[in-house]
Amino acid sequence: MTFPKPSFVEAQPVPAPLNETPSTVPSTAPTGELRASRLSELGRQGRGVAAAVIPPAVTLLVLLALWQGAAGDSYTGVPSPQRIWIESKDLITDPFFDRGGVDKGLFWHVLTSLSRVGVGFSLSAVCGVMLGVLIGANRWAHRGLDPIFQVLRTVPPLAWLPISLAAFQQAQPSALFVIFVTSIWPIIINTAVGVRNIPDDYRNVARVLRLSPAEYFFKILLPATTPYIFTGLRIGIGMSWLAIVASEMLLGGVGVGFFIWDQYNSGRISDIVVALAWVGLTGFFLDRIVALAGRIVSRGSALS
Amino acid sequence: MGKAYLSIEGVGVTFQKGSARSEVLCDINLQVDQGEFVSIIGHSGCGKSTLLNVVAGLIPVTTGAVILDREAVEAPGPERAVVFQNHSLLPWLSVRENVSLAVDKVFRGVKSAAERKAWTEHNLDLVKMTHAMDKRPSEISGGMKQRVGIARALAMQPKVLLLDEPFGALDALTRAHLQDSVMEIQTALKNTVLMITHDVDEAVLLSDRIVMMTNGPRASIGNILPVTLDRPRDRLAVAEDPVYVHARAGVIEFLYARRAA
Ligand SMILES: Nc1ncnc2c1ncn2[C@@H]1O[C@H](COP(=O)(O)OP(=O)(O)OP(=O)(O)O)[C@@H](O)[C@H]1O
Ligand SMILES: [Mg+2]
Repeated sequence: MTFPKPSFVEAQPVPAPLNETPSTVPSTAPTGELRASRLSELGRQGRGVAAAVIPPAVTLLVLLALWQGAAGDSYTGVPSPQRIWIESKDLITDPFFDRGGVDKGLFWHVLTSLSRVGVGFSLSAVCGVMLGVLIGANRWAHRGLDPIFQVLRTVPPLAWLPISLAAFQQAQPSALFVIFVTSIWPIIINTAVGVRNIPDDYRNVARVLRLSPAEYFFKILLPATTPYIFTGLRIGIGMSWLAIVASEMLLGGVGVGFFIWDQYNSGRISDIVVALAWVGLTGFFLDRIVALAGRIVSRGSALS
Repeated sequence: MGKAYLSIEGVGVTFQKGSARSEVLCDINLQVDQGEFVSIIGHSGCGKSTLLNVVAGLIPVTTGAVILDREAVEAPGPERAVVFQNHSLLPWLSVRENVSLAVDKVFRGVKSAAERKAWTEHNLDLVKMTHAMDKRPSEISGGMKQRVGIARALAMQPKVLLLDEPFGALDALTRAHLQDSVMEIQTALKNTVLMITHDVDEAVLLSDRIVMMTNGPRASIGNILPVTLDRPRDRLAVAEDPVYVHARAGVIEFLYARRAA
């Protein structure tokens, strides 16, 4: 196929309807073929998106219908979807309002929680990777620290809260500490496994090249361990999102966890359901973002 | 002793794991001249890799010493470049980056950045891999990976090139192709080469001398067979040559007849 005037072809708007076939434009066979192949490509992508979106959407509708049926019109207990829509319409349609104090849209509450997770999780990512490298690379560090970590990692997030409140006396640092201490264990453990699984061959290459410890760290160890580190980060961010909501309920102030508790105390169950949807979706996106970052950073390193 | 370029003098290696001792190598003596191509052949598990890794400096000797160019080998270094059996390219780097990692490390301060880049490409050109320089190891075939491994080793300009069954995992055709490449390069660059192999024809075709190792434990050198074929060698022409046939028979006799008892 040749395109004598590619710019012209490009500039032309394509008003073709989606079901156009090449046989309807026989005079411009190459363009028609190209368009057809682009269209079929679009069609394939469209089908892919549809396959990903339609089943969960249908499931959601069915679940909402069942819920509606089960909850009915009663004014006690869990409200039906219809009542949630009526009672919490403002909250659903305008997440950005800010009437001062804690009377804010859900976006602002989630943002506060996210910023806490951001700080606490960044700290635990840095410390977790460093500790993981240490116990992965050093036999004595492994023997000394690993059993302790294995015990500490089973302590539930909220069990840390009283201690951290006692230590920090304030809500904000206590929340950060709970995030930190919840998410650090999977990061440490996965990093250490990754370091211990670096193939001897890579180590031998580094030895033959006489790489300095710093060069070894940045050129061999980190890239070889990246997939493991991201596995740990992904588990860690999920756990820190679990922990932040729970700890905000107890700490008060702002944040989506506090919001849920506050609405419970004022009996606004509908608002809680809306907040739960926000919490779930935010957690889902956090997980996807870390997974995506992992795929980008460790491009090609998973295979040998 | 001590005159040869590479001298392995009374080397013994004993591995100690807890209270279990295993003496793998015992009293190995071998002299290799500059520009010589020496193969090491022996049954699986006899300690060939151990010997090569001792020369590389990756495994310390228990007794004896390895001397290269009048200096005792104590640690690994780029003047003894190794091509490992399973290529050991770094999968997160492109073909070019795998080689330039070595080039940048070895020639930093000696060559300018532009010279290092040219040297990287020159070595990839030697193994005919310039067409895939920006691919990742996972995107090229096993034979190509081995070529890149060889380019990386050559690019260090080693005093001795150590090959641990470099073609072991390849099919026969690819293997023959790579053997020809290695012969060509060695003829042109006059590298000193120590190569481990399982393949009798490969040993005879490529080597100036074939070192045959006895079975372990406590393996040592059983016999050394010179191959006096002229170079360059052509695999088809040489196959009928009485020298080739005789050398081949000698190695096979050592490996299968004499050791069977
Ligand atoms: N680090 C080690 N600790 C203990 N024993 C070892 C170690 N490395 C190798 N050995 C033992 O030394 C012997 C020789 O191993 P080596 O890898 O050198 O054999 P090889 O001749 O290269 O075998 P192959 O042809 O299968 O590659 C084997 O019995 C092996 O179990
Ligand atoms: Mg071996």
